[in-house]
Amino acid sequence: MVFLKLENIHHTYFTKKSATTALAGVTLEIGEGEFVSFLGPSGCGKTTLLSIIAGLIQPTEGAAFLEGVPVHKMKNQIGYMLQQDYLFPWKTIEENILIGLKLTKTLTAASRQNALRLLGQMGLSGFESSYPHELSGGMRQRAALVRTLATEPKLLLLDEPFSALDQQTKLRLENLVHSTLKSFGKTAILVTHDIGEAIAMSDRIFLLSPRPGTIYRSFTIPATLKTLSPFAARNHPDFQAVFQQIWKELDEIEAAT
Amino acid sequence: MKLKQQHKIALLHRKYIQTLKREKRWVRFYQAVIFILFFAVWELASRHSWIDPLIFSSPSKVWNLFVAKLYDGSLLAEAGYTLFETVAGFILGTLFGTVLAAILWWSPLLSKILDPYLVVLNSMPKVALGPILIVAVGPNVGSIIMMGMIISVIITAIVVYTSFKEVDPNYLKVLETFGATKTQKFAEAILPASFPAIISTLKVNVGLSWVGVIVGEFLVSSRGLGYLIIYGFQVFNFTLVLMSLFVIAIFATLMYQLVEYMEKRLIKHR
Ligand SMILES: Nc1ncnc2c1ncn2[C@@H]1O[C@H](COP(=O)(O)OP(=O)(O)O)[C@@H](O)[C@H]1O
Ligand SMILES: [Mg+2]
Repeated sequence: MVFLKLENIHHTYFTKKSATTALAGVTLEIGEGEFVSFLGPSGCGKTTLLSIIAGLIQPTEGAAFLEGVPVHKMKNQIGYMLQQDYLFPWKTIEENILIGLKLTKTLTAASRQNALRLLGQMGLSGFESSYPHELSGGMRQRAALVRTLATEPKLLLLDEPFSALDQQTKLRLENLVHSTLKSFGKTAILVTHDIGEAIAMSDRIFLLSPRPGTIYRSFTIPATLKTLSPFAARNHPDFQAVFQQIWKELDEIEAAT
Repeated sequence: MKLKQQHKIALLHRKYIQTLKREKRWVRFYQAVIFILFFAVWELASRHSWIDPLIFSSPSKVWNLFVAKLYDGSLLAEAGYTLFETVAGFILGTLFGTVLAAILWWSPLLSKILDPYLVVLNSMPKVALGPILIVAVGPNVGSIIMMGMIISVIITAIVVYTSFKEVDPNYLKVLETFGATKTQKFAEAILPASFPAIISTLKVNVGLSWVGVIVGEFLVSSRGLGYLIIYGFQVFNFTLVLMSLFVIAIFATLMYQLVEYMEKRLIKHR
């Protein structure tokens, strides 16, 4: 069954001085429970595409549908996690993770309990009344994930969530996020420019080519890697072959543009 | 070996703290010296008529007048009156300025339309509006509070609006992903992110409201410390003028300290 459908999406940004076409003709379908990645160099329109899927900006052409409904008509079905945590510095961790529930007026004793349990699962129990600046980068990103998951979105969008972290924290978080999302059976789209991360985390990878952004190719990750945790996948013998293949394709994109 | 190292670090730390303390003592010492020297020289100069004692008075005369007026209750009444007007003007100025900033943020079109008017109003010396205000509102507390307010409201609006606009749009994006309305975005991100800017305008407004209120009292000339100054000037009693100034300085400093205290309480998470 098609869960998310993008139909011929074009997007152009207009400013006083220029018109930048960020996306041209993006069409794709994603099934429920799938974990896909958008992989491509910076400036190829990945953030723009996520913002369109989240219903935050209207594409100049085309449309996105979640379970057949245009995304801008959906309320609170899509969770979006930004490149940096963007936790509100004047709110405690608890207030931060409950903000989504508060805004959507779904804050009840049960939903609050659920969010706090999730915080515990992310290894952050005991930090409820801390302020964000008292936490490390990895902890903050985990708190931001709890904030996104607390409203129980059907679709999760992750915009380079690990790119600001050090390698060790990043590998650990990849495993944590992967296992958390898989256990909830969530559909997720990860944006990244890290080839290894895309292979390790996803079921399918879409390669984007820049100027204007469009889908260049898609890869299905072999079943041997899909079932493994990201860290185990990175160490599997098949990993290198897939890595080489994608690397070559990226080279071709670069040569072509 | 390790213990020895720790001991050494502790010793160095103690030394460092002592250096800091010593420096602080010296700073306090020189501050006291300046204070004492200033008043001593003033007193001496006045007594020996190196300066005209009629114009410059002397610390002892100011002090005696202060004590006398304190005892007959008249000083407290006048000072309380002025303090009330200033605090009211200060609070209203900050409040209306912030509300105006919120309206400008709410409607980008309105802010573009009003931009040149704000610039003109801001650069105009607002105390010059005093006579008109007094005639329009009447020579009473109302017009004086208006003076205290009007002098700070535009600059507050401009500074706070600028800070509203500078809030990182990604915070708003986070709220938008939860379907936040404009009101929710204002309450959850724009306003709290701008508290530091609002507090710093408070600090500026303390001084501005005193200027507005004292000028207002000059013009209305019926009560308050501003009236005492203008009255002292008219009857050539400069001891009264200096004493009033002295009281204003104390109150203005206290108000400033209060704002600083509030700042520490409000922005404790940074
Ligand atoms: N708000 C905007 N106004 C104008 N141009 C923009 C805006 N946002 C992005 N762009 C342009 O659109 C292109 C794609 O940007 P983006 O989606 O952020 O790419 P990515 O996330 O892949 O790095 C870039 O060329 C960028 O300069
Ligand atoms: Mg991006």
